[in-house]
Amino acid sequence: MIYRETGTFITSYLEDRKLFPIPFDKWAMAVFMLFMIFVVPFIASDYWLAAHLIPILAYGTAALGLNLLTGMTGQLSLGTAGFMCFGAFFTFNIMLRSPEWMNLPLAMVLAGSVTGVIGIIFGLPSIRIKGFYLLVSTLAAQYFALWFFRSYPYFLNYATATVTLPDHHFDLFGIGETFDVDMASFEAKYLMSLGIVTALALFAKNLMRSATGRNFMAVRDMDIAASVIGIPVIRTKMLAFFVSCFYCGVGGALFCYAYLQVLGIRTFEMNRSFEILFMAIIGGLGSIAGSFYGTVLVYEFPILFSWAGDYLFKGAFDTAVVDNVAKITYGILIIALLIREPGGLAALWATAKQKLRTWPFPH
Amino acid sequence: MKTKLWITGLAMATAMSATAPVMAEGEVYIPMPVYRVGPYATGGTGYFGGIIDYYTLMNMTEGGVGGMKIIWNECETNYNDQKGVECYHRQKEFQGKQALFFDPLSVGISTSLVAQGRKDKIAIIAVNHGRTEGQRGDVFPYYFMPGINTYDEHSIITAYIGELEGGMENLAGKKIVLLFHGSTYGREAVEFTHMLCEKHNCSSEAIEVPHPGNEQTSQWLKIRRSKPDYVVLRGWGVMNPVAMQTGVRMGFPISNLIGNIWSNDDGDVKPAGSSANGYQAITTHPTGRVATVIDEIVAKLYDQGQGDLEDKSRIGSNYWNLGVMAGVIHLEAVRVAQARFGADVNSAQVRWGFENLNLDTARLTELGANGLVPEIKTNCMDHVGGHQAKFMRWVYAETKWEVASDWIDGDVELSQAIIDAKAENAIANEGITPRDCNDPAQRDDFDV
Repeated sequence: MIYRETGTFITSYLEDRKLFPIPFDKWAMAVFMLFMIFVVPFIASDYWLAAHLIPILAYGTAALGLNLLTGMTGQLSLGTAGFMCFGAFFTFNIMLRSPEWMNLPLAMVLAGSVTGVIGIIFGLPSIRIKGFYLLVSTLAAQYFALWFFRSYPYFLNYATATVTLPDHHFDLFGIGETFDVDMASFEAKYLMSLGIVTALALFAKNLMRSATGRNFMAVRDMDIAASVIGIPVIRTKMLAFFVSCFYCGVGGALFCYAYLQVLGIRTFEMNRSFEILFMAIIGGLGSIAGSFYGTVLVYEFPILFSWAGDYLFKGAFDTAVVDNVAKITYGILIIALLIREPGGLAALWATAKQKLRTWPFPH
Repeated sequence: MKTKLWITGLAMATAMSATAPVMAEGEVYIPMPVYRVGPYATGGTGYFGGIIDYYTLMNMTEGGVGGMKIIWNECETNYNDQKGVECYHRQKEFQGKQALFFDPLSVGISTSLVAQGRKDKIAIIAVNHGRTEGQRGDVFPYYFMPGINTYDEHSIITAYIGELEGGMENLAGKKIVLLFHGSTYGREAVEFTHMLCEKHNCSSEAIEVPHPGNEQTSQWLKIRRSKPDYVVLRGWGVMNPVAMQTGVRMGFPISNLIGNIWSNDDGDVKPAGSSANGYQAITTHPTGRVATVIDEIVAKLYDQGQGDLEDKSRIGSNYWNLGVMAGVIHLEAVRVAQARFGADVNSAQVRWGFENLNLDTARLTELGANGLVPEIKTNCMDHVGGHQAKFMRWVYAETKWEVASDWIDGDVELSQAIIDAKAENAIANEGITPRDCNDPAQRDDFDV
């Protein structure tokens, strides 16, 4: 019924390579994006924007970055939060020390590029070592980032431990001042994050459909075979580290600027790397949309659980009980999901799509 | 059958939400961002237990605060900044009522919310800790740290070490190590410790213990190499007993290990066993059943089988007493606001209440809190108000603290310069326009 190709005839190669070959898919996506852009900022409360949508977008960017490296290119990494840390601190410093015309998205791109270069440096060991051993070397990036910013207070502008990010950093080309719009409102922050994330996701999607993306996957599947057929393995790995760290850096900047509004080292501790790794794995390694599914599940689950606790039991149970039960349930859910569907939520969604196509007559 | 069950569940859920009590007139809402889970649960259960017990007592005996019943709900933060921010946004409104203030007892959460609190006009409270430049109420009108600030704390500790050495002049040539928790909170004292030692001609070194601090052998080996005369412990949670045990094992005299404001709980010393005998720590509020309000809570709540603590032996413990102290300060701020604006106050008016606290001995006696809460007098330029503390010593044989000193004043002059410099930095970099506290109109305006 839904997702049918019937009646869609592909007559040229260009059409065959379309992003959404099925019309239903295309329209559904368009409606979804229009809804997110034009409806959500007006109907969502501050709570939904500030505590749900914006963090999901920020986490999603970082998870996507990790997925490009781990899921697409097969290079394990535990340095995600460290790279986010670089991105966030460099964005802050670029904004702080640049002339008036600098704006936040541009600063994020610049900071992301610097982070990408740092990613290449920490990715160098991947030329010689593989798998779990590489995990250890990327772990060094995580600790290096924290050590670096703790040791050089210059990057935190000599503040003690945290800096509150000023609202005027959000103003784009003086729009806020000219039209008297609050560019630091949650609506504006949400739209900015959504714009950046959409652009990055589209770029990732297209990258994966290009020759570069195919090189990534070839290296992932077997790097010796890839080098035999003439793929420059070293260059591909370094490029993967650059792109991935660029995404993580932008994700970190969004995390601090759009979400927490505070820059501090503690935000990027080891736990954050694990959290994002779980998001990528649960969402589905090697899937771009999956990065976001995983983010939504990992981020929302504990919150929904505590909500349910609040609404159903009206505080009859201690918050400690609810929180511990949430952790147990979450663990069981993940184990069950990964046993049933190692491809994660993205694979689950692909199966659902397939079923929907033939529904209601599956035979 | 399956469908039926599902429908029943849905119906039950709807029924439950339909019967939810709608906030009546005559109620004030105060959010409770607790942490009852995780490595910091000792602090969280004690502190929020104390607050809840005091609110419950007030609801029972006085019908709330100024005739308004106090209601609250809990949100579990795990002492995690990001969860705390989510809780803040979730709790800033409840059943149509705005939160009067937000007190998360976490320097990470409260500093993340300084700017947001100002936008929402909700005061962020950080009793005895926090971002120190927040003392400047003209720059941070919606941020309060009633009690003492980090700098007072460490200047008082240095003054006490001077007392132990028989005079501040004897500090010259001594070596002091600051052993601090690897967090926003821990790091805040590093710079000032060096400043203090510069002033008193002692040498200082800061050593970090990464969170959560349940393994400190390498740090204490480092301490043994540098042979300090005193170690100041700026710990939290599990880090404290581990520091005491490891220190004693390495041969460091426990009497020269001085704990800070978050290293002075029964839960910090009891797990360390006999190692903790003679350990000294700073406090703003003595432990034990030191005030009539505590006896009243015991008589009217715990003896009737109510009360928030699961373990009754923690009544009178440090974090619980701190919670009761916080409860007294919270409601006093509400009362101060009510005296000016009438019973149904909003959060901006309560902010003004926090800024005009005058808890002197007479008022504290009236509240039954004399002996528990120090004198606190806040104003537009000073959102801390107390600036003094005592020391206590742990007696292992009797499992109790004994008071070891009289009230000692903080070096407010030395800290004022660094607070002002930090405040100026914040004004320049965070786009803040400060109020003018000398202008009566601006000073008395609650809605800033």
